[in-house]
Amino acid sequence: MLEVNDLTMQFGGLLAVDRVSLKVVNDEIVSIIGPNGAGKTTVFNCISGFYRPTRGDIQFLDMSVQGLPDFKISRLGMVRTFQHVRLFNSMTAIENLLVAQHRQVNTNYLSGLFNTRAFRRKEKAAMENAAYWLEKVDLLAFANRQAGNLAYGQQRRLEIARCMVMKPVLLMLDEPAAGLNPTETSELDQLIVSLKDNYGVSVLLIEHDMNLVMGISDRIYVINQGAPLANGSPEDIKDNPAVIKAYLGEE
Amino acid sequence: MLKNLPFALFCSILTLILAFPILGLQLEHKGTSLIVTGTDAGTYYYILSAMLAVFLVQLFKSKLAFAYNSLRPEQPIISQWLPCEEKRQLIVKAVFVLLILTALILPFYSSRQWSDIATLALIYVILGLGLNIVVGLAGLLDLGYVAFYAVGAYSYALLSQYFGLSFWVCLPIGAMLAATFGLLLGFPVLRLRGDYLAIVTLGFGEIIRIMLNNMTQLTGGPNGIGGIPRPMLPMLQFEPEFDIVMLEFGRRATEGGVPYHVFFDVPYNSSMKVIVLYLIALALALFTIFVVQRLIRMPVGRAWEALREDEIACRSLGMNRTTIKLSAFTIGALFAGFAGSIFGARQGHISPESFVFFESVIILAIVVLGGMGSQLGVMIAAVTVVLLQELSREFDEYRLLAFGLTMVLMMIWRPQGLLPMKRPHLKLEQG
Repeated sequence: MLEVNDLTMQFGGLLAVDRVSLKVVNDEIVSIIGPNGAGKTTVFNCISGFYRPTRGDIQFLDMSVQGLPDFKISRLGMVRTFQHVRLFNSMTAIENLLVAQHRQVNTNYLSGLFNTRAFRRKEKAAMENAAYWLEKVDLLAFANRQAGNLAYGQQRRLEIARCMVMKPVLLMLDEPAAGLNPTETSELDQLIVSLKDNYGVSVLLIEHDMNLVMGISDRIYVINQGAPLANGSPEDIKDNPAVIKAYLGEE
Repeated sequence: MLKNLPFALFCSILTLILAFPILGLQLEHKGTSLIVTGTDAGTYYYILSAMLAVFLVQLFKSKLAFAYNSLRPEQPIISQWLPCEEKRQLIVKAVFVLLILTALILPFYSSRQWSDIATLALIYVILGLGLNIVVGLAGLLDLGYVAFYAVGAYSYALLSQYFGLSFWVCLPIGAMLAATFGLLLGFPVLRLRGDYLAIVTLGFGEIIRIMLNNMTQLTGGPNGIGGIPRPMLPMLQFEPEFDIVMLEFGRRATEGGVPYHVFFDVPYNSSMKVIVLYLIALALALFTIFVVQRLIRMPVGRAWEALREDEIACRSLGMNRTTIKLSAFTIGALFAGFAGSIFGARQGHISPESFVFFESVIILAIVVLGGMGSQLGVMIAAVTVVLLQELSREFDEYRLLAFGLTMVLMMIWRPQGLLPMKRPHLKLEQG
């Protein structure tokens, strides 16, 4: 579904990403790992259209998407979260999920002003969808709480729910476990797997928590200093000497 | 107490430094030159007593604060008194209906001057609600909002002067023109946020004013446009034949109108024209309130707020920030156009002087005072600011001082505004 070939991103003289290729097929959880500053988030930003890659080719659902504006890419069904939670802080949890369904509700001004039946039906559907996902991430009790006032773990879950109400085909999570305690991380683990199993989304994941990555990934790409270092199944990566060297340094 | 002594001394000396040159010294003309003289002894006593007061207050500050706190009764918890959610909504609705009824009846029992001030207050309500969309909801700091107000006022004035169009035709045209200007301003500032946006919009506001000032042939330059007709009301006539006539509220009929006192065969009342204008302003203000109230519950309203909260997240959710920003600018400007047309009709004479930067500041102050994004707060603030300006008219040049003081005090006591925006409590509907 997603195929990236020779992605290169250059900021002035700095080569942040150097000929990275990766591939995600249907119903698969793929992880990108690498030391801090390796360029993982830059790869994310290039794929999701926040950056314009210097070179390379990005195919999503058999369409070439590089150079498309970010919001158009996300409309194709590729939705992402951020390394630092980006919720609409002063809006309530449920409002956050309603905003995300902007494309699915009736945005016609007149039908909204006159509150027509068609408008109300769409709003009701959006509300039901939002309530459904709030329940899925165990936040139903906090529906009318301001997102900024939620606990950190809840904010993380709300951000994932906000992606899921858009019914994506590819979910891109940028360090979803950052700042979570072990219990929350294992809950997140189950959540991600259930998203894949029950809702047919593929997941592209950046994560530092090796337990999480090794546990749920079908394949792993390792990036070091912008360049691809290795890729393969979790078992292959675990024993790969180059990867160990990049993470732990040479003996 | 001794600890406060140096600071208290310092404060009283500061009072002296501030008060003495301002109150104690006077400039007098002597021939062609100015000489500085002292004032009478009484003023010096005032300054001395002010110094003493400042000194004592600073010295006993901690004691005073303690006394104040012990005097203040325990703060009751308001939520205990409030009825439950559904009942509250009913009460709010009832109060709102009562308020509208009062507003409808009031001008017939109050003086002409107060009806006129109330009209102005309603104009500011519309302006405040319009700017609230741009600043409060979408979070785009607009310092040139008065430009759209000017477009509305001038389009009515010019269209009625050159083409003889009536108020009711000019009102939508004026609003549409203002909205178009809003759209035009929106394009170049799409990428700007915060301070940069504020500067560009400020420039835009000044450009419009200076243009109006200099296009003398069309707009009359600094002299402005006079003789703007007051709005007429359409009325069905059954005798002698079925027709629609335009009712006028002046004593004598102008072109195409029928004076109301002739039509209804009642004695002429000169304050009627003020009352009618007030009622028109009221109707438009209610229309604005209704539309804005709907807008914030619509997807576009949610999108504005989301854009204010986090632009990057908006983009990741497939929202096109260009259209969202432009819609905020356009719809905000639309209401300024409405307000401008009524303002033109009320004044009867407009000039660029009415649309200076300070006007933008006042409208922005209304939004901030009321509480960004809060509808009711902005309405209350609009009325307060207009009343404050009218009441402090006697103080002449100290008006701005009073205005500034209110702002400072407000920001200390209620930095969130009079009535901070409340999040709507949404009922969950599970499928």
